[in-house]
Amino acid sequence: MKTLKIEELSKNFGSTEVLRKINLEIDEGNFLVLLGPSGCGKSTLLNIIAGLETINEGNVHIDDYNVSKVEPKDRNIAMVFQSYALYPSMNVRENMIFGLKQAKVSKEKIEEQLEKVSKFLQVDALLERKPSQLSGGQRQRVAIGRALVREPRIFLFDEPLSNLDAKLRVEMRREIKKLHQQLKTTVVYVTHDQTEAMSLGTNIAIMNHGVIQQNDTPENIYNKPSNTFVADFIGSPSMNLIKGNLKESSNKVSFVTHGSNIEIPINGYDFKEKSNLDNKEVFFGIRPEHIFFKKSNEEDFEINLRADLSEYIGHEQIMTFNFENQEVLAKFPSTVKIDLSKNTKLFFDLTQISLFDAKTEERI
Amino acid sequence: MQDKTHSSYKQLEQKSKYTNMFLRWFLYFVLVIFALYFIFPLYVMVVTSLKTMEEIRQGTLLTWPSGLNFDSWLVAWGGRGYGAGDTFLKPYFWNSIKMVVPAVFFSTFIGAMAGYVLTKWRFKGDKWVFLFLLFGCFIPYQAILLPMARTLGVLGISNSVIGLVLVHTVYGIPFTTLFFRNFYVSIPSELVKAARIDGAGFFKIFFKILLPVSTPIIVVTIIWQFTQIWNDFLFGSTFSFGEAAPIQVALNNMVLSSTSVKEYNVDMASAIIAGIPTLIVYVLAGKYFIRGLTSGAVKG
Repeated sequence: MKTLKIEELSKNFGSTEVLRKINLEIDEGNFLVLLGPSGCGKSTLLNIIAGLETINEGNVHIDDYNVSKVEPKDRNIAMVFQSYALYPSMNVRENMIFGLKQAKVSKEKIEEQLEKVSKFLQVDALLERKPSQLSGGQRQRVAIGRALVREPRIFLFDEPLSNLDAKLRVEMRREIKKLHQQLKTTVVYVTHDQTEAMSLGTNIAIMNHGVIQQNDTPENIYNKPSNTFVADFIGSPSMNLIKGNLKESSNKVSFVTHGSNIEIPINGYDFKEKSNLDNKEVFFGIRPEHIFFKKSNEEDFEINLRADLSEYIGHEQIMTFNFENQEVLAKFPSTVKIDLSKNTKLFFDLTQISLFDAKTEERI
Repeated sequence: MQDKTHSSYKQLEQKSKYTNMFLRWFLYFVLVIFALYFIFPLYVMVVTSLKTMEEIRQGTLLTWPSGLNFDSWLVAWGGRGYGAGDTFLKPYFWNSIKMVVPAVFFSTFIGAMAGYVLTKWRFKGDKWVFLFLLFGCFIPYQAILLPMARTLGVLGISNSVIGLVLVHTVYGIPFTTLFFRNFYVSIPSELVKAARIDGAGFFKIFFKILLPVSTPIIVVTIIWQFTQIWNDFLFGSTFSFGEAAPIQVALNNMVLSSTSVKEYNVDMASAIIAGIPTLIVYVLAGKYFIRGLTSGAVKG
């Protein structure tokens, strides 16, 4: 039984297509992050799961029950919003029990739930306060509390941390992670922040233009991006995509970029389909953190590139190199001294590369 | 770059000090002139209303009255006590109250409701509805006189306070809707979404969540509608006469219909009485208005 299952879901606002044939499944207790740039449809998808938006095509199932036409309040979900959406005229207590009162839950049960949740989230001292008298972090906690008292099957989070300052955001992120570890409730979480997505999700669905680009574990998203969009979206700075061709001779594949005679051997790469590789136009993808200034293992590929730029960011530096007029970025510890405008010996960790078809931009 | 010495900076400092001082005094001067200009008519009215006719004839507009003489106020409010032809404000004042209270209430309430629907429950064609409502703000009063007279006739409520309540409510809805729409646009729709998930329905969301944070705009709307309706003369004089007339119409009748000597003191007292409720609304509601704005009630 899947806690949440979305089938062939499409949505348009007038003539603009917002979601296109979305298929998604979540197992009980998983933490799914919908990640994508603004306007990719991730919030719309969340609103549809909540029942706040109608569907043009397709179905939403919660616990194998088709809820496509069920009212939000009857879907057994709870949602935490970006602006917290605490009712301004009610105090914390009233905010938290508003839903239970609507659902005509008995007074004793309401009090019991309120006490349990407010203790758990450490807001029990704030119950009589109005939202305007709370700090950002407290409001966030109350918003989560309002969702918790309902004991929902699925938690929906709509960019809940983006209104907080950087420090608080990291704290609240850890709290949400802890919360999920303790409660083990299924979560769908929308964000545009890849660090949040990586650190929280057991699964990440990367969306762009209303289509899910890849739905996978954080490790796979990072190590095996399924197309250039995902490769480019994840990582900071993002993956280097070097344009060039593959060369295949006597069962040995190598990568050559235009106007260069450097052949990078592609040996251990796990091709999806190992045919028609010769002369194929591809992007050679390597992350900045997989380029080293000294050899780390035997298979590392040695290459000489000219250093053009150094960006110091404290614990590390981001160096820009020139590889046949294509920029290649690398991340080094800031203690390493590299002279600019000079050729530098670099080592590519070839076990970590990705290859994409230059035409379809899909992983090969 | 020119190297400025310490003393030349001193000079510049002095100069800008004098310029600022001059500008400040000039500002006060202009403000005082404007204040006098605006207070002058009120002064003349109050002073005249406290004089006897004898004094008015002998003195000038600006002369101070000999004493506090409220006789003309009593006459304006309660009449002289003889029968026919004695027009005084008291009954018409209550007419106006009976007209303005329900009219302000209904137009504000309907406007709040409409603003809520137009911002939080978007539907097909809602932009058009809003556009037409906006259009209602630009229709001149005169244009709706005839159709409205016919409507009131058909409904059988012409020449009644109820008729005037209806006219003012209908005519006020475009304005009140505009006010509330623009206010509710600034309130995050996520509040409504949260309430829907919590199981609140259309009316519950309106009464429990939106209305409690609407104080500032309710006050603005009440001030606007009260002033409009209380001060209205055209609708009042067109759709009512005799006993059903509101105060502004009665004031006009009083001032224009006196056959004998023009009693300026009574006229002035009447005009002030007719203006006092608006003043009270401004003073009372204005305070709440500012309080509503500063309490941060809107941002949750």
